[in-house]
Amino acid sequence: MKLMKHYLKSFLFLELAKGLSVTLRYLFARKITIQYPEEKTPISPRFRGLHAQRRYANGEERCIACKLCEAVCPALAITIDVVEREDGTRRTSRYDIDLFKCIYCGFCEEACPVDAIVETDIFEYHFEQRGEQIMTKDKLLAVGDKYEDHIAECKAADAPYR
Amino acid sequence: MDSIVNILLPLWEWLPEYLQIFLWNLGKILLIMLPLMGAVAYVTLLERKVIGFMQVRIGPNRVGPKGLLQPIADALKLMFKEIIIPTNANKFLFLSAPMLSIGPALAAWAVIPFNGELVLADLNAGLLYILALTSMGVYGVLIAGWASNSKYALLGALRSAAQVVAYEIAMGFALVGVLMAGGSLNLGDIIAKQAGGFSNWFIIPLLPLFFVYFISGVAETNRAPFDVAEGESEIVAGFHVDYSGMAFAVFFLAEYANIIMISALTSLLFWGGWLSPFGDIGGILGNGFHWFLLKTVFFIFVFLWLRATFPRYRYDQIMRLGWKVFIPVTIVWLFVEAVMFVMQVGPWGA
Amino acid sequence: MSFTEIVFYAFSAIMITAALGVISARNPVHSALFLVLTFFATSGIWLLLEAEFLAITLVLVYVGAVMVLFLFVVMMLDINITVMRQGFIKYLPIGILVALVLVTQMVLLVGPENFGLSQFAEPALKAADYSNTRELGRVIYTDYVYPFEVASVILLVAIVAAIALTMRRRPETKYQTPIKQMMVKKSDRLRIVKMQAEEKQ
Repeated sequence: MKLMKHYLKSFLFLELAKGLSVTLRYLFARKITIQYPEEKTPISPRFRGLHAQRRYANGEERCIACKLCEAVCPALAITIDVVEREDGTRRTSRYDIDLFKCIYCGFCEEACPVDAIVETDIFEYHFEQRGEQIMTKDKLLAVGDKYEDHIAECKAADAPYR
Repeated sequence: MDSIVNILLPLWEWLPEYLQIFLWNLGKILLIMLPLMGAVAYVTLLERKVIGFMQVRIGPNRVGPKGLLQPIADALKLMFKEIIIPTNANKFLFLSAPMLSIGPALAAWAVIPFNGELVLADLNAGLLYILALTSMGVYGVLIAGWASNSKYALLGALRSAAQVVAYEIAMGFALVGVLMAGGSLNLGDIIAKQAGGFSNWFIIPLLPLFFVYFISGVAETNRAPFDVAEGESEIVAGFHVDYSGMAFAVFFLAEYANIIMISALTSLLFWGGWLSPFGDIGGILGNGFHWFLLKTVFFIFVFLWLRATFPRYRYDQIMRLGWKVFIPVTIVWLFVEAVMFVMQVGPWGA
Repeated sequence: MSFTEIVFYAFSAIMITAALGVISARNPVHSALFLVLTFFATSGIWLLLEAEFLAITLVLVYVGAVMVLFLFVVMMLDINITVMRQGFIKYLPIGILVALVLVTQMVLLVGPENFGLSQFAEPALKAADYSNTRELGRVIYTDYVYPFEVASVILLVAIVAAIALTMRRRPETKYQTPIKQMMVKKSDRLRIVKMQAEEKQ
């Protein structure tokens, strides 16, 4: 009896028809494709993309060369050299992030006591020459200057949850 | 218009007779081949669109309006790519394999009747001719696999050869049923026998043979869910792993030409070809080429639908299905058909 | 030369060249492919003889099935050609002798004097609607039905014998039976147990 039922089921293609009906239904379903350059998915304020260094409102750079980010970086992507400026403050003379090594874990941002290094939600960037992937201090500060308003906005939006 | 005819007609009559025959046939061949090539190109787009839609995606939509120029872009790209010949490959066989696979796929179209009058070669043994040519397509695959001197390619070729030989038998038996019902090997006669509306089509008395034929056709063209010859997850891309550029494209042309071929044959042999389901009532609903086209497109769609739905068969199960299920089913149904023939029921009624 | 003659000589030339290729090619795969070409040319000549059923069946059966299986086997075998070529010169005289004897016998028995238009009248061309297939079927299933059935029974016996000789159950090999796998129901594998909820300690 069980065998009969099995043969009847397989010769009537019942299970195959069930599968085909599913795909046929989806043929007419609403498509969920996001057409990327024109349409974009919403991005969380916590998104970890390109790095930036921030400044205080008076134009002074935040980074105090404490090297916590260098220490915490699991991919060893950050290199920092320290000097003492004429006014006696401790500053970096070199702050390089190798974006090929970076895994965008965000630990540097977490470790930073002065919120100097941050990861922005910029993810559309590219390099055309070997060596361009090293984000030097100047480049990081330039990114920070350019997007300061947006970065501040994102940090403020995320602040209640931290 | 008249003046052009007046100039061309004497020129045509001036040509020797054999050249006239040659040019006339060449013209007819081109008339079939060019739309077929266009159809092949657009079936690739249809496949990507249909499968995309079934996976809740949109599919190609960047080249041209709604992606309609995508096949042309693909063809141009493949034409300008280099054909790489592996160092230890047999150069002659390596390059002739794609041609061997597309040759039979196109030659089989010679005997397909498009409506009551339009057929390139009205062969008496048309059905046999088609069966012979479809069975030859495997040489392209086999030689491609052997000549590329790669183990993946060879494995793909061996898989494909065993599979095609197995399913050819079931397919041949299914066609025996059709020719028993039609009483002729000529495709035109087979259609003529189905005239008079849906109730006279062979699909009704030959339903099991239709399923066997169509599924064997899917297996014979190495399409999903029987595409173990390619089996990209196990043997990279199977027999055409070492091909690139136009040589690769020709394999795909052959595959899609075969899909259209099987779909056209299914509609001809079981669904009445160009006949209208309402009988010959004239007008748009009457018999005509458009019905044939409609049925063929539907079966092409079914090919894509199957691919979007079913996972790939395991190889031993493919063999089991071919030898232990399809061949017995066809033999049993041939027997049933013979009994119906003797008892004069179905299409053999008085 | 008429068109048919051109076609005939073209096919004959291809056939003879390919047949020579079968026995002279170094690589067995090439030999098999030459054989396929020979079959093709032969079927072309048969078509010229208005034997379209036989011609197409030759392609269908020999090219489409038999040679595919041949190629299949030849491709899988790793044949060492140099070993096979050893002693070619040593056996050449005997080979030539045997070949000569065979050719002489054949010429004596079926020499050219037995063929040609002087022996047989030129067959008349059949009408366009003459169905070769129908005639063949009629002859096979009426006049020659007994030999035909005997031949098919012999073939069936050969098939059964081949399967019986090669099929052996190997108890040490593990394999799945797809029918069993497909027949499995949820209830065969899964047991749902009702249990009392445990008290929190």
